[in-house]
Amino acid sequence: MSEPVIADSAAWLVVWPVLLPILAASLAVAAWGHGRAQALIGILGVAAQFFSAVLLFAHVWSNGPVVMSMGGWPVPFGIALVADVFGAGLTVAASLVALVIIVYSLGDTSEQYRRAGFFPLVLALIAGVAGAFLTGDIFNLYVWFEVTLISSFGLIVLGGRREQIDGAVKYAFLNLLATTFLLIAIGLLYGMTGTLSMADLSTKVAALPNDATLETVALLFLVSLGMKAALFPLYFWLPAAYHTPLPAVSAIFAALLTKVGVYSLVRVFLVVFPEGADLARETMVWAALATMVLGALGALAESDIRRFVSFTVVSGVGVMVAGLAIGTDKALLGAIFYIVHSIIISAALFMAAGLVSRAGAGSDIENLSGLYKGAPFLAVAFLLAGLSLIGIPPFAGFWPKVYLVQAGLEAGAYALVAGVLTAGFLTMLAVGRTFALVFWRAAPDDAPLPASGAQQGGGLVLKGALGALTFLTIALGLYPAPVVDVSTRAASELLSPQPYIDVVLGEAGNGESRP
Amino acid sequence: MMETAFAIVVGFLFAFSVYLLLSGSLIRLVLGIFVLGNATHLLIFVAGRLTREQPPLIPAAMKVAEPGFANPLPQALILTAIVISFSLFAFLLVLAYRAYQTLGTVDTDDMRDAEPAPGPARLRGRDV
Repeated sequence: MSEPVIADSAAWLVVWPVLLPILAASLAVAAWGHGRAQALIGILGVAAQFFSAVLLFAHVWSNGPVVMSMGGWPVPFGIALVADVFGAGLTVAASLVALVIIVYSLGDTSEQYRRAGFFPLVLALIAGVAGAFLTGDIFNLYVWFEVTLISSFGLIVLGGRREQIDGAVKYAFLNLLATTFLLIAIGLLYGMTGTLSMADLSTKVAALPNDATLETVALLFLVSLGMKAALFPLYFWLPAAYHTPLPAVSAIFAALLTKVGVYSLVRVFLVVFPEGADLARETMVWAALATMVLGALGALAESDIRRFVSFTVVSGVGVMVAGLAIGTDKALLGAIFYIVHSIIISAALFMAAGLVSRAGAGSDIENLSGLYKGAPFLAVAFLLAGLSLIGIPPFAGFWPKVYLVQAGLEAGAYALVAGVLTAGFLTMLAVGRTFALVFWRAAPDDAPLPASGAQQGGGLVLKGALGALTFLTIALGLYPAPVVDVSTRAASELLSPQPYIDVVLGEAGNGESRP
Repeated sequence: MMETAFAIVVGFLFAFSVYLLLSGSLIRLVLGIFVLGNATHLLIFVAGRLTREQPPLIPAAMKVAEPGFANPLPQALILTAIVISFSLFAFLLVLAYRAYQTLGTVDTDDMRDAEPAPGPARLRGRDV
């Protein structure tokens, strides 16, 4: 018998960002019916998770990837949580934005929503997202997908209005289909390699012949994760559902869920399939191109402000996957920076759209008008967030596109470069149109006056949260060096995953030698 | 031999679930998802090889079991997947019933509450 592998204390760091939200969720369930207590637990839980994620990231940054084998079972027999710069960095970004959204939700959720379990569900969702970012095992990734899926089902129907049920039907069926495809792909991959650890898979898949079977599995991964990420032609569930729940729920979905899909695509196509699977890569190029352009066109055509935001989220997914499809280190740097940018900006835009619905009458862009007068702060925040979304220079959205365009030109991927620029141009038209119609044009004389600050309800909290994210996107635009450094290192780690593999499989070396 | 027979069964189940999923009725969609889940579980089961009467136990004197046993890990994976798909199937049933109560239809073509209203200025395909 071998001694159980006892991880050193640093390895415990990787557990907390996953465990803390789960603990908080269970506490919040225990406080069922006590809205205030649940809100407090929610904020403290996510704040603690953010703190632990920062500690984890600091450790990973200075000491390299951290591995923790669950239950002391060494890899590849057991399941390991693994934090590298990419996973830990995204956990920090996701956790920070989740904290802001939880604060926003204080002004957004009435007692009725809190009674129905808003906070436990959000905490479980955040735990699932952190688990997906930090797992080193591909079946475990599927389980975290299901954790986020189950919590998101609960969140999307919270309130039970007609259009929510309608959106939830489409959301639930298509996402369940996507996770089933993911399970098929994982099952086939296990049948071919006999392992589930991503580090172990990386070496074993490389030894397999690059034949039709491998291609099929790679395409199954592309279809299932592409559906999660909202990639053309599988994105139609997103604009059909994301505008129906509470604005805070829309914000957290848009900020986190599609990014988990993109994260998994990056992980699978760079670590599990470092080469080969050419048909899947080729398909990815065209899917990314179509996603960014069609998403932007959809945003331009949309008349509901929250559906408009949904389409801009879709367009952003295309830009991120374009970086993965180009695949050079500079392109990945752009893609990872864009993921961070998109986490912030998707949440900010959905928050702003929620405030628009509160300040004006409804969410129809063509009926709303003159909100600049009643809600100047909202108008400015929406404009700044919109400019960052387009990729105008002083904002955070500018830098990833610069890197992507540079990388695309260097790699000769001219179609994707043209796509990124066209999508940016179309997004500019769409943001300009929405801003001009909703905020800028004068309200007709018979229109009801915009609700005053007090009637908008929860004013300060909602505006504060929106302001914080807008400030963040400006700050990262003016001082992008930290994110660029992190993304550069994450990209180089992903492109040469050998140190990651050695660290993960090295855990196995501590125990009995492998058969 | 057994693997071939199972592969055919799995293929048939996938075809059947795709047929159900292409329908517009919510009930058939729920059943389609259910059959798809079961087909996937069988697929993973077969991927772990089918061998009878050879338990995956490692004899005391050896470090690995004698080759030829069926891999028990896929069976553990299926167990996880069954539990998850069962709970999600329960959710889908409730959601479908609730959709029928709230929206008054199980035909997905009529579920357009979350879509933009077809106003006179923007006629949509089905209204022309």
